[in-house]
Amino acid sequence: MTEPAILALNLTRRFGEFVAVDHISFEVPRGEVVGYLGPNGSGKTTTIRMLLGLLEPSDGHAMVLGYDAFRQTEKVRARAGYMSQKFALYDELTVWENIEFYGGVYGVRDKARLNETLARVELTEHHHERAGSLSAGWRQRLALSIALVHQPKLLFLDEPTSGVDPNARRVFWDLIYDLAEEGTTAFVTTHYMDEAEYCERVGIMREGKLLALDTPDVLKAETLPGPVWDIFATPLETALDALVAADGVLRGGLSGNHLRVITRNGMKAKDLEGILKKAGLKTEKIERGEPTLEDVFLSLAKE
Amino acid sequence: MNNTTKYLIQASNLHKSFGDTHAVNDLTLEIEKGEVYGLVGSDGAGKTTSMRLLVGAMLPDEGTITVDDFSLDKHGEEIRARIGYLSQRFSLYEELTVLENIRFFAEVRGLSADEWFPRSMDILKFVGLAEFSERRAGQLSGGMKQKLGLASALVHRPDILLLDEPTTGVDPVTRQDFWQLIIRLVSDEDLTVLISTPYMDEAARCTRLGFMRDGRLLKSGTPAELRAILDGTILEMRGGSLRDLRTLAAMDADVRDVHSFGGSLHLQIKGGMMEDVIKRLPAQIQERSGETVKLSAIPPTLEDVFTSLTSEEIQND
Repeated sequence: MTEPAILALNLTRRFGEFVAVDHISFEVPRGEVVGYLGPNGSGKTTTIRMLLGLLEPSDGHAMVLGYDAFRQTEKVRARAGYMSQKFALYDELTVWENIEFYGGVYGVRDKARLNETLARVELTEHHHERAGSLSAGWRQRLALSIALVHQPKLLFLDEPTSGVDPNARRVFWDLIYDLAEEGTTAFVTTHYMDEAEYCERVGIMREGKLLALDTPDVLKAETLPGPVWDIFATPLETALDALVAADGVLRGGLSGNHLRVITRNGMKAKDLEGILKKAGLKTEKIERGEPTLEDVFLSLAKE
Repeated sequence: MNNTTKYLIQASNLHKSFGDTHAVNDLTLEIEKGEVYGLVGSDGAGKTTSMRLLVGAMLPDEGTITVDDFSLDKHGEEIRARIGYLSQRFSLYEELTVLENIRFFAEVRGLSADEWFPRSMDILKFVGLAEFSERRAGQLSGGMKQKLGLASALVHRPDILLLDEPTTGVDPVTRQDFWQLIIRLVSDEDLTVLISTPYMDEAARCTRLGFMRDGRLLKSGTPAELRAILDGTILEMRGGSLRDLRTLAAMDADVRDVHSFGGSLHLQIKGGMMEDVIKRLPAQIQERSGETVKLSAIPPTLEDVFTSLTSEEIQND
């Protein structure tokens, strides 16, 4: 079992003139938790549909768990699970009836196995409750248990924790990491930074192209063109205009009660203060900011 | 106007139940003029019900709401005229053009015939939709629809804007644009904004915020004040098999909580014990498993604070 969980080589999909996914190549080793971040329409879903064998690539190909995603679809489908936040649970049915139903869809009728799956997501005590009366966090775990019922080696998770309580989110991710330790790979698409921060590596897509795929630390260190600053000055908008127009300031934006600015390397707080002073503005505070994935995303996606 | 309190919006001890569900449970909320106040919580925390109470679309079972010290109860009409509200599922007329849509909302809000057009064009220009004024709403992208929703909520020049999860389902670039608009509005149009969101990255952009859970406000403060609650209690641990490390780290009596985070673990340490833990934990782990780990103090995130507040609550139950 040395083949990677996912291997995409020049994977491409065109719809008429439109290139939805444009020659992307990447590899995901088994047991990794990978995030896939991009705006709507950037090609995230089209990529997943090709990886699940639902769409034929126009060019290139994808190997999933060692099988050709499009030519050996049934092999892939039997070994991959899919969970979406908008997943349709039957609200009128109990937790147990839901998992029994979906287990049947995957050909899993063994009660012990179904019970094991519920225990894994800690829903055993709730097996007789109606799905419709569960909290968002419990619903999400039920949806996960359904995706896990056939013990897949690869999990596709589509915005799995959006709208979920942060406590429930942490419990959820602890579960995903337990599965990863046992060799299950998780491929998570999202456009929320809250979710992306949990992933071991994060890929960033825009207009069908995979712009980067690396650990959050490396992305923060290598894709940002320079240091990030939090600048407190009044009035904010005049300060923003002055900074954005200045040499050496690469990006600037409003962020709550302050400005978030990325500058060229070598720029110092004193230089920024000088720009504001020249514009007749008073600086209250300038601090080096901790780079976030959002900074990375915005500088990659907006250029 | 009689200004006896410093708060523009004051909601005191609000209760609202639907059957057995206490959607809003003793909520007290105080919002100053010019704030961007974030109501932060998951689905079902009571954010939408709170918003609907504040906008007067629903009456509380108990409690009072005042705006500028006028009670919403007695001055509903006047207060509603000052509020712009963008609900989670705002409705646009897909068959109508952008301008026709905004005209509709202007007329509903009582703008006169010579008033609505210049105001609509101003506000469309502001949100970046002026050149699309003749396009059918149904043909706009998600981000543009949302901007049209915002424009419609602003057309009658409210000084209070309530936004109920305005960026749910919107990608980060569009979200960034949307926030730039909100922050500009606060300074250009003298607005006060109340926004609800389940996302911490969004909460961090508010000037002040309140964490909500089970219809209650757990804690309120600026993002910096809230983060300060956990200052000096979060450690990042790297190295080796995270699963084993998680178990080993959790065995230390001064480690309250351990979670996987990308390639590392985040440990929440009991107050004041950080130095001790940094000193002893790597040796303990080395001894038990042979793994070499690196520990470093990291600043707490808003999510750390939210989780810590809510798990305390669970322990106290």
